[in-house]
Amino acid sequence: MMNFSYARAESVGEAIAAVSGDPHARYIAGGTNLVDLMKYDVERPGRLVDITRLPLREIAATAGGGIRIGALVPNSDLAYDARVERDYPLLASAILAGASAQLRNAATTGGNLLQRTRCYYFYDVGAPCNKRAPGSGCGAIGGVNRIHAILGASESCIATHPSDMCVALAALEAVVHVAGPGGERTIAFEDFHRLPGDRPEADNTLRHGELITAVELPAPRFGPHHTYLKLRDRLSYAFALVSVAAGLELEGDTIRDARVALGGVAHKPWRVPEAETLLRGQKPSREAFGAAAERLLQGARGQGDNDFKIELARRAVVRALEQAAAATPQRQSDKSIN
Amino acid sequence: MPEGYVGGAQPRVDGPLKVSGLAQYAGEFPAEDLAYGVVVSSSVAKGRILRFDLEAARATPGVVAILTHKDRPTVTTDAESHQDQAAPPGLPFIPLLDERIVYSGQPVALVVAETFEAARGAAALVRVEYEAEPAVVDVAQRRDSAYDPPEKRDGVPPPPPPRGDPDGAFAAAPVKVSGDYRIAVEHHNPMEPHASTVFWRGGKLVVHDKVQGVTNTKAFVVNMFGLPEDDVRVLSPFVGGAFGSGLRPQYQLTLAVMAALRLKRSVRVTLTRDQMFTFTYRPDTLQTVALGAGPDGRLQSIRHDAIACTSTYEDYQEAVVNWSGLIYACDNVSLSYRLAKVDTATPGDMRAPGATTGVYALEAAIDELAYAAKVDPLELRLRNYAERDQNDDKPFSSKELRACYERGAEAFGWSRRSPEPRSMREGRDLVGLGVATGCWEAMMQPHSARATLTADGKLEVACATADIGTGTYTILAQIAADALGLPIDDVAVRIGDSSLPMAPVEGGSWAAASAGSAAQMACAALREEILKHARAMENSPLANAALDHVVFSGGRVARADDPARSISYADALKSAGRERIEAKADFAPDEEFQKKFAAYTHSAVFAEVRVDEELGVVRVTRIVSAIAAGKILNQMTARSQILGGVVMGIGMALHEESMPDRRLGRFMNHNFGEYHIPSHADVQDIEVIFVDEADEANPLGIKGLGEIGIVGAAAAVANAVFHATGKRVRDLPITPDKLL
Repeated sequence: MMNFSYARAESVGEAIAAVSGDPHARYIAGGTNLVDLMKYDVERPGRLVDITRLPLREIAATAGGGIRIGALVPNSDLAYDARVERDYPLLASAILAGASAQLRNAATTGGNLLQRTRCYYFYDVGAPCNKRAPGSGCGAIGGVNRIHAILGASESCIATHPSDMCVALAALEAVVHVAGPGGERTIAFEDFHRLPGDRPEADNTLRHGELITAVELPAPRFGPHHTYLKLRDRLSYAFALVSVAAGLELEGDTIRDARVALGGVAHKPWRVPEAETLLRGQKPSREAFGAAAERLLQGARGQGDNDFKIELARRAVVRALEQAAAATPQRQSDKSIN
Repeated sequence: MPEGYVGGAQPRVDGPLKVSGLAQYAGEFPAEDLAYGVVVSSSVAKGRILRFDLEAARATPGVVAILTHKDRPTVTTDAESHQDQAAPPGLPFIPLLDERIVYSGQPVALVVAETFEAARGAAALVRVEYEAEPAVVDVAQRRDSAYDPPEKRDGVPPPPPPRGDPDGAFAAAPVKVSGDYRIAVEHHNPMEPHASTVFWRGGKLVVHDKVQGVTNTKAFVVNMFGLPEDDVRVLSPFVGGAFGSGLRPQYQLTLAVMAALRLKRSVRVTLTRDQMFTFTYRPDTLQTVALGAGPDGRLQSIRHDAIACTSTYEDYQEAVVNWSGLIYACDNVSLSYRLAKVDTATPGDMRAPGATTGVYALEAAIDELAYAAKVDPLELRLRNYAERDQNDDKPFSSKELRACYERGAEAFGWSRRSPEPRSMREGRDLVGLGVATGCWEAMMQPHSARATLTADGKLEVACATADIGTGTYTILAQIAADALGLPIDDVAVRIGDSSLPMAPVEGGSWAAASAGSAAQMACAALREEILKHARAMENSPLANAALDHVVFSGGRVARADDPARSISYADALKSAGRERIEAKADFAPDEEFQKKFAAYTHSAVFAEVRVDEELGVVRVTRIVSAIAAGKILNQMTARSQILGGVVMGIGMALHEESMPDRRLGRFMNHNFGEYHIPSHADVQDIEVIFVDEADEANPLGIKGLGEIGIVGAAAAVANAVFHATGKRVRDLPITPDKLL
């Protein structure tokens, strides 16, 4: 871990000015991922600007019937917020599927979006990694890659995004509010994270100095017909091999609309609108769900160790849609799967 | 005053210190002149260091020294000086010896600074240029070069010679099974990382080391650095788990001593979690088991062959296959154990070394045989019950394994198992029930102890053994309290100090039997001393009392036939003009007994799993572990040992796996996020049963418990997964992909 300077920002403007003027500066909030990465020498910021005192801790109703979640709302507070539990149980479930109680207490909403990959090679400065050290090569291709991407990967990077919360946010079609030196803007969730391409060092479309201020959710849609199904190498405290956030709008026994996002399979939460379209007007059935899964996984490619994830993801999508249809989501307290 | 502490449920005497944070561990001892060392690890697995660039690191404020192979204190380099009590044959790894790299993660430099932060920052600036050579870390790639180790490791029996005609019997057997078994590499990963704090005291060293044997560490430091015996004292009062990783002195110790000698000041070196993956581990072992049996499942042939990895510089050995000639009765047996060299650190003893590995393969194969013979797996084990150790052709000192099977099966509800795989369901889940046998040696070692009684009626027992979380403090206090009839609160236990009476490394489950026997002997000697002083008192009511006519209870020695005639210890000492009396005892195992009898602990482990087959999710919903391990000294700490072993077995069956990159020669998932040990959600109902077992190998009948809990546990889970799914996964861990 390298020496760095530290300053606490008192306002959003002050924070943005401090970071945007210094290419080696980074924001820090909960620090649950950044500090780890600094200890591993993966991240070597010269300056940390502490944003934890900024007034971004509100969960407020929006005019459109949704909510706007301040970037500094801790993951635990968000998961146990009464409105979120009632209107966005998919989000609460996804948050509680991740990390540990202690980490969720410290981690923030904005920070969760900015988690970096758990790729072994990214974490190990003794190994090659294009994301950490552009041009050094991808160690995971041809290496140990059971946790790696099956969709949207490139020749230079097969890392996955590790967040659970973001998979739910993708299915909920969240909007990310950011402020930066050039003013404020919003980013649709599907445009926030990016695929690695030939620039895997960039996880997302934020520009240097931009700060996430809030995440907005549209009005709730799915009622009880949702699930966050997370499959992993142990029952708790492990990153997803494959996860599925699913929500169904049912009219009688007909699917009016559906949202399905996959986690653990790509450099970003994976959504395929055509797969969701396939479900519209269908009756819930394994056949219909299977067809949607096939479409979601179209073009999936294994890297060796992770070949199994293609089949696992297909089965997980079917099961998740069954759970959503039956309103029997995976329980995160005891990890039981219906 | 309770009747006695031994055999009861005694909370840990060191518990309050641990939960209040007052117990100090190796990396916590403070010193005024302390400097901090941070290890720089090699990123290549094989080759040599071409050059260092230390400029930026040296320029970091606070850096006081950077040790490398080019710049370090002199160490003795002959193999003999580097041996330790647990060393296998070969030349042990010496950090910073020369420019050669022999494994990935090998320490190549130690950056020492005034603060930990400065040392860590500077360590990140050290640049090392290597000339890398291709490395092989997968033992399967070295199968063809496997060899019989020319020099055998002390204390590890080589496989017994073949008996009968195993090949002929296998060929003729009406029922046969054969399979290849493998367990992923596991790193020990105790919660407390390895650390050494070396106090420099005017040329003398006081070493706080995370280790399972202070006497071993002391001899190692003395020999390696050519120091006088009296100049080195090693302390390790508390150890935050070890599982065998603290049996041998590890490289952070050598580096910390080097730096202290170089700088003539105190130095601490604490390893990071990722560096905990850069020394010992449970060796990757390729196993083949072939069993032949009659239609009734009675064994006619057992063949068990193993090829285990070792490093390029040492021949680490453990007893992997011997169990297959021991646990079941069979007249035709052939066992082999060979080594193959890989470019990693030397593997080492990890909880029940050898047995955990070999018994897994045997017990999975026995399960396969049961299905092939269509005999209930428990019944098949009973039909092949060994009444005698056929490896060494002698009777067991005691063996209550049959009672383990019976009581375990009853508690578990084995009778509700339906025989066919995939025949039990609960909701969407497949349910499976599995059983396995466990076995471990009941060993003892020469061991000394001292007991001291002071005039205020307080007793201290002391010896150089360790408590790695097993409960050594507590059982020694129980034994001593009973021996002198004192409340346990009046007994202090001192261990983990090389200046105390001799103890070997604490391992092999021998500490309770060895240290416990020595402590009891020392206390017995004290009793004689107390009685001597009591009898010598003027008008003593015990004037003519012989030792076997008195009782020691409540801090008093009294006539057995007339307890009113008694003298307090305090009065006896006072009358003799003594502030304290002391007795030392040297325990040695009874060699005659050991020649005559085979001594083992046994277990029967029952596991229930639920499997979501579509998604490959396995839950271990229930384990019953029935243990026969001689006298149980403490129901609480004993149960904890078995619980811990079972959880580790669940981890072996389902989770633990150090994954090597075969091109880089490096284990890649070196942290607790990606190296999976069972989480709370993975551990449900575990029931521990101790069956009565009388044994005479030592006066208390102790056999030891630290290791038996893990042996067989992984096989029971894997066998339950087969029963649930009909899928036989022979390479552990059984991760979801293997069940899809």
